[in-house]
Amino acid sequence: MNAFFRDVLVFLQNPGLTHFLIISALLFSMGIFAILTRRNAVMVLMGIELVLNAANINFIAFSRYTTGTFDGQVIAIFVIILAAAEAAIMLAIVLNIFQNFNTVNVDEINQLKD
Amino acid sequence: MSHETILTLSLIVLLLPLFNFVVLVFFGRRLPRQGDWLGTSLLFVGLALSAVILYTKLTAYHDETIQATITWVNFGNVPGFGPMKMDLGIMVDNISAIMLVVVNIVSALVHLFSIGYMQGDVRYGRYFSYLGVFTFSMLGIVLTNNFFLMYVSWELVGLSSYLLIGHWFEKKSASDAAKKAFVVNRVGDVGMFIGIMILFAQFHTFSFDAIFTGMQAGQVPFGSEPWLTAAGILIFCGAIGKSAQFPLHVWLPDAMEGPTPVSALIHAATMVAAGVYLVTRTFAMMTADALMFIAYIGAITAFISATIAIAQNDIKKVLAYSTVSQLGYMVMGLGVGAYTAGFFHLSTHAMFKAGLFLGSGSVIHAMHHALHHSHDHQTDPQDIRNMGGLWKKMPITFWTFLVYTLAICGVPFTSGFLSKDEILAGTLAYGNLTGNYFIPIIGFFVAGLTAFYMFRVVILTFFGEHKDQHRLDSIHESPHVMTIPLILFAVLSFFFFFTGNLNPISVQGWFVNAVERPVSVVPAGVAAAGKEVFEESLHHAHAPAMVLSLIVAGLGMLVAFATYYWKKINADAVAERLKPVHQFLVNKWYFDELYEFVFVQGTKGIAWAYNWFDSKVIDGIVNGVGRWTMAVTHGTKEAWEEGHAGAIAYMVVMGFISFYAGWVTGSALLPTAVGVWGMAGYGLLSLGVAGMTFFLFYVGVGGFDNKIIDGLVNFVATLAGFFGLLGRKFQTGKVQTYLAFAMFAVMVFFLWFR
Repeated sequence: MNAFFRDVLVFLQNPGLTHFLIISALLFSMGIFAILTRRNAVMVLMGIELVLNAANINFIAFSRYTTGTFDGQVIAIFVIILAAAEAAIMLAIVLNIFQNFNTVNVDEINQLKD
Repeated sequence: MSHETILTLSLIVLLLPLFNFVVLVFFGRRLPRQGDWLGTSLLFVGLALSAVILYTKLTAYHDETIQATITWVNFGNVPGFGPMKMDLGIMVDNISAIMLVVVNIVSALVHLFSIGYMQGDVRYGRYFSYLGVFTFSMLGIVLTNNFFLMYVSWELVGLSSYLLIGHWFEKKSASDAAKKAFVVNRVGDVGMFIGIMILFAQFHTFSFDAIFTGMQAGQVPFGSEPWLTAAGILIFCGAIGKSAQFPLHVWLPDAMEGPTPVSALIHAATMVAAGVYLVTRTFAMMTADALMFIAYIGAITAFISATIAIAQNDIKKVLAYSTVSQLGYMVMGLGVGAYTAGFFHLSTHAMFKAGLFLGSGSVIHAMHHALHHSHDHQTDPQDIRNMGGLWKKMPITFWTFLVYTLAICGVPFTSGFLSKDEILAGTLAYGNLTGNYFIPIIGFFVAGLTAFYMFRVVILTFFGEHKDQHRLDSIHESPHVMTIPLILFAVLSFFFFFTGNLNPISVQGWFVNAVERPVSVVPAGVAAAGKEVFEESLHHAHAPAMVLSLIVAGLGMLVAFATYYWKKINADAVAERLKPVHQFLVNKWYFDELYEFVFVQGTKGIAWAYNWFDSKVIDGIVNGVGRWTMAVTHGTKEAWEEGHAGAIAYMVVMGFISFYAGWVTGSALLPTAVGVWGMAGYGLLSLGVAGMTFFLFYVGVGGFDNKIIDGLVNFVATLAGFFGLLGRKFQTGKVQTYLAFAMFAVMVFFLWFR
């Protein structure tokens, strides 16, 4: 018992790659959860942003702790830019959906079925 | 004149009438007078040539036979038969040279007569062309030296007879008579064909010479003498048909439906003589039994027809039966061995019988005109009871007719006397040699009957009173084209032309010297009495025969005169007293009725039986197969349920078959059944196959198709539908569900395929 708690403390006091990976995994899962479960289309978009950011953390963590170069950070900047452009387009699509269906509830936009 | 010249001349004589036929058939309409002058003049040319041939033959080559043969087809070596080739050729010997002249004289004079008789006829040109083809065929029979060409010409003569008898085919009796003549002839020809084939099978050749040489060397058909007799009798069958012998004589009286000149040419002088000619040609190969058969047939024929002739009233029918009777005489003469006499009678008979027919034609022609003149279409111009007293109005016809009658009765100074006398002497000789007097008795009796019925005709036609005086006035003598042939035939009926000997009762002369009985080539055991033996007996029988024949002829004439001229005997009363006999004779011994009953009805009966078999049995089987196929297709299920007996029986049978099928399958697949389980599996498999087969039959092929095949297809479709419905659940239309699935799939890929 004591050994366990002592290990946890050591773990928590010495941040390394693993801590960042855990964080990004958590963020990623929360993002997936949001995509799959939120009813509001804009909430789905937020989930997508979360996923992207989780990937960003992953990139930077690996770049800091595995290779000493700045490749990961550069990729993260690219991702942020892409996320911004993608968010703009997604919001435009959601606007159009609202204009067509008069709702942003994804459960109600099911005309592609049978 | 060499051999080649004689042969060439005879070929020309043979082909002239054929040329006449071809020209008249194709161009007859366009020729002036439809070409009758062409045929007649060609025939006279042929006659002149034949006379030249005869004269040359008898003076320069008296005892030779001039032949020419070509190979028609050579089959080489036929497996199972040996070398086979067919030769054709012509031969000129004394009898064929004489026959050439006989045929040509009669044909030429008949052509001449027909110009007058058939004037204005509806098919004048065609008539002359048919006369041409007939003459050609008859000359073919005369000149040929092998059985094959003889058979061909034989059939052609039969055909010409059919065409000419049926000349007025609009009349049903005429077309029926033509058919009857051809069919009855054919019956005889079948026998002849079999006889020829027997000889061919043995000797591998058709040529007379080769066959006779083979026989002389000892070869007999199939190595047995009975076969040789059979062959001889069968070949004689052809003569029975063609020469109207008993029992195939029934066609000749019906053949009188044809024009009278046709009757003169074909059914008196030439075609019917062809049968006799055949016997003379094949005389050397006849065994004693065959000759006896021939003699008896001839005698029976002569007797039957003479008795019928005395009761006939149509002038042509009397002459027809007289012809049959005289042919019987000729055949009888040949049968007893009097070869020269038989052939002699053939030649003399040709002359006076043709004359008799032409004379009757002249009378009928005159009667026709008279009846037409008085607009009488009821009276029969051929019935002698309607005639009488014609001798004053038709002198030439009468005097020539009288000459012919004297000839046929055998009165001295005529040719007929000589020939008939020879035959009767021959029969007496035969009787003396064998002790069998049946034939001579018949011969003399028939001679008496002949005299009787011929003079009956003469008296009733030419003497006495004509019923209708007006009609008698309009009768006049026939034109010259018709009387000239009559006169010529009458002249030829005198004895002189056949002997060249001034003695009117002696038969010695060029004819008998030219026609000698051939030496028989038959093995000695079955040959008839040899030539020398027979001639010896003939010599002794001559005088008694002559006396006897004169007596019977005289008796016959006396009775005829007594009955019809002096009216001492009442013919009608006699007919009344002997009514059954008279009826029997008038109805021609009921031969036609007998044949009708036996052969015609018999054939119809057989045809009816075959028809029944065909429609009931054969069609039944065919229809049954169809119905069975339909039953199998539709399946017998409905029929089974309805309780059709046939269906149930069918299913029972099919059950057995199914069980057997299962058994076979089982035993084939498990040949070594081991232990209980093996046996069980075996049994199960058998039952399975049995069940399946039975099910198949139950359901039927159609049912098979409907229920099983379609069932399978439907099942597959249903399955697809089921799975499709299943898959439908995934299709929610919500993006998030799709994303979730995709995520899940990616994770599976990650974890599984690392």
